[in-house]
Amino acid sequence: MTRLNVNGTSHDIDVADDTPLLWAIREWIGLTGTKYGCGVAQCGACTVHIDGQPVRSCLYPAVAAVGKKVVTIEGLAPKGKMHPVQKAWVEGDVPQCGYCQSGMIMAVAALLKTKPKPTDADIDSAITNICRCGTYQQIRAAVHAAAGNA
Amino acid sequence: MTNIVSRITSPERRSFLVSTSAAAGGLALGMVLPFGNEAQAAERANYSSDTTLLGKTPGNEVTAWVFIKPDDTVVIRIARSEMGQGTMTGLAQLVAEELDCDWAKVTTEFPTPGQNLARNRPWKDFFTAGSRGIRASNEFVRQGGATARMMLVQAAAEKWKVPVAECSAASSVITHGPSGRKISYGKVAAAAAKIEPPKEVKLKDSKDWKIAGKPLKRLDTAPKTNGTLTYSIDVKLPGMLCAAIRDCPVFGGTVKSFDAAKAEKMRGVKKVVQVGKSAVAVVADHWWEAKVACDAVTIDWDLGPNANVSSASIAAILKEGLDASTNTYVGNENGDAKAAIAKGVKKVEAVYAFPYQHHATMEPMNATALWTADRCEVWTATQDGEVALAATSESSGHPLPKCDVHKLPLGGGFGRRTTHDFVIQAVGIAKQMPGVPVKLIWSREEDMTHGRYHPTTQCKMTGSFDENNNLTGLHMRISGQSIIAFVAPHNLVNGKDPFTFQGLNAAGAEGVFGYTVPNLLIDHAMRNPHIPPHFWRGVNNNQNSLYLESFMDELALSVNQDPLEFRRKLLKDHPKHLAVLNAVAERAGWGKPAPEGVFRGLSQHMGYGSYVAACAEVSVSKEGALKIHRIVAATDCGYAVNPAQIERQIAGSFAYGLSAMLFGECTVKDGAIEQKNFDTYRVMRINEMPKVEAIVMPSGGFWGGVGEPTIFVAAPAVLNAIAAATGKRIRQLPIKDQDLRKA
Ligand code: FES
Ligand code: FES
Repeated sequence: MTRLNVNGTSHDIDVADDTPLLWAIREWIGLTGTKYGCGVAQCGACTVHIDGQPVRSCLYPAVAAVGKKVVTIEGLAPKGKMHPVQKAWVEGDVPQCGYCQSGMIMAVAALLKTKPKPTDADIDSAITNICRCGTYQQIRAAVHAAAGNA
Repeated sequence: MTNIVSRITSPERRSFLVSTSAAAGGLALGMVLPFGNEAQAAERANYSSDTTLLGKTPGNEVTAWVFIKPDDTVVIRIARSEMGQGTMTGLAQLVAEELDCDWAKVTTEFPTPGQNLARNRPWKDFFTAGSRGIRASNEFVRQGGATARMMLVQAAAEKWKVPVAECSAASSVITHGPSGRKISYGKVAAAAAKIEPPKEVKLKDSKDWKIAGKPLKRLDTAPKTNGTLTYSIDVKLPGMLCAAIRDCPVFGGTVKSFDAAKAEKMRGVKKVVQVGKSAVAVVADHWWEAKVACDAVTIDWDLGPNANVSSASIAAILKEGLDASTNTYVGNENGDAKAAIAKGVKKVEAVYAFPYQHHATMEPMNATALWTADRCEVWTATQDGEVALAATSESSGHPLPKCDVHKLPLGGGFGRRTTHDFVIQAVGIAKQMPGVPVKLIWSREEDMTHGRYHPTTQCKMTGSFDENNNLTGLHMRISGQSIIAFVAPHNLVNGKDPFTFQGLNAAGAEGVFGYTVPNLLIDHAMRNPHIPPHFWRGVNNNQNSLYLESFMDELALSVNQDPLEFRRKLLKDHPKHLAVLNAVAERAGWGKPAPEGVFRGLSQHMGYGSYVAACAEVSVSKEGALKIHRIVAATDCGYAVNPAQIERQIAGSFAYGLSAMLFGECTVKDGAIEQKNFDTYRVMRINEMPKVEAIVMPSGGFWGGVGEPTIFVAAPAVLNAIAAATGKRIRQLPIKDQDLRKA
């Protein structure tokens, strides 16, 4: 059994050593807000926080997260509340299809922790997630809107 | 019944009539949960998004489009798919506008295609592509809203025993003028539902719109920000297993044999099955287990007749077509272009090329199927629920009334999800696991190598001038792949694919060639390699606009004319084309100095009923590094249902189109697509995204699309700006490996 702490809850799951954290979260724990986009750490759709750091969970073995605190999009804000990034996303009407946005929001929330007021250049270098619908312009505006509130 | 099946491959929807025998077949309303126990049924219903249609929600259906609950909540039924473009919100705005309801109380739901068939298609068409989501259905959805309003008002008048003419409706409340009495929609919905619908329904003038035409926020945003929206890939059903698949890497190849001995012993694996002639799938407890085991199956492929095809061999076939006289078809012609060119004082010629490109939707293809001896149900993301239903019926062996498709929100479509190869596979697997729901997910690698690709073409452009530098002749010879020849050969017209000439037509409402040239010939040498082509956001407009608009600049520069002035003269007979071009030129400051080191490029095009233009500003460093700073884009889509969402579609189209221009290329080696993931098939990220300024300028009187059109002008505007910056003309996409240093 592998014991994972996800969003403050402890889960004992039976996964093989090579199972990526992404699939452990989606299929064994049943939280599907974290998305599969590429499986090779290219797109960022699977971004979660591990001990506060943004991590692309598709290449991160679940067993490596034992003893660490994993936070997914479902646990970014306490139940019934919204994280400032989520608020900025809703206010800015950012998502199109929305499939990339869990990962985007997790990446941006992590950025704002280290850089509360990021410049455009900071955003360019930190947010390397892919959005095929091309919501980048709205994302940039929403990051600035959330800055200082996160 | 056969009509819907033939429509699997028919992109032309007009002649689609469904046999009403489907309705008689027994898929009555409320009969959507035919198997399993109650708990399973309830869980499945969660994904059906058809709660009011199951007859379990208190409230009343006033028209097929409008269901009103006692608390005044208005549930608007949406037949088209929501794939990111905001179609659902826009359609709801149109219904709500005519309904005169309180927008704050609006929710939406998707009827299933099975329900549509069973009720003799009250929601008509489910087709969501070709930028048709709103424009092709605006009239009947508005009527659905207006009809409901009239019935509600009549119900109130009857209740009060007053003339209907004395009553009016606003914001979900009906008022009796003389007495001032008021009643809300929820209170009269039951009575309204029993009233005979009026025959004559008058729609509002767009200048009176209060909900439509406004930049309202989308209705579906919050669940996309907290992980709660269930996409097709997230579907969970009781007892569900997951499947991974490997299809033959070469299109047209088949499975000779496979050895599953090792895979069968692997963790979680339940079964290894062949799917159709060309694929092997592993079914396991979890998808990850299925994927690992699937990679461990040894498959002996018969690679078929295409195993030696390469990008070079395809390019050679296309090149031959540039001057060929066999299998060629004329799309637009006036005067005698060949003679004019032969007589020209000056002749300009250039050859361009456009590669295969992949849709790369963010959510890979997937579908969940449950097959039993007498029924088949599918949960999936589709751009056309009815075609998905037809595919389900055909592959399951069950008649249409014994099948249904539950539509889930799409993690991107872009045309890819108008075809249902993944549904057919999912049903093919589920059939071998009777009674067990199976979710098939394609790995990104499977997705990228088994796509339906933007067709590849080349084009030879030839133009001629007289001694006064007037353009006397233009010949545009396109050589390459026809989408229709692949997806719907029965729609070819004497061998010709009229769809090839998107945006180049002499007349019509879809896409008119805007330039007046005294001698014009636009023709197509059809050359069809084996890689399956498909509708890809913008479709044939993409290469047609790229060829034409790049060459317009080449022509202008060859006679030392300003590209804007050159176009203006030739667009004199097409004022709407000209208006969008003028709008971007003016906003961008064409003719005025650009910032130091920044150069501008223009383009215009008409497609999917809309007129679009762009002006791009770029710089190219000494080392050849390109930066796209700003794009001003204009669209005249006739009516703008939601200007804020249109602006987002414009910016999104640019991200998609510029990704393709910068990086998008699928190459072919040994008959197979070489690119397998986003590391080799790069797409644009936020640092590459230019600032996009949208000008939404609806001129009224027609309904144009917005999901695609601005993509047409993305690449040519940038390529023209690059030429202005460097003196180098890029004639082949993508530009990633090309040297952009100053000529
Ligand atoms: S799925 Fe992990 S980065 Fe794409
Ligand atoms: S919103 Fe669709 S991929 Fe980003």
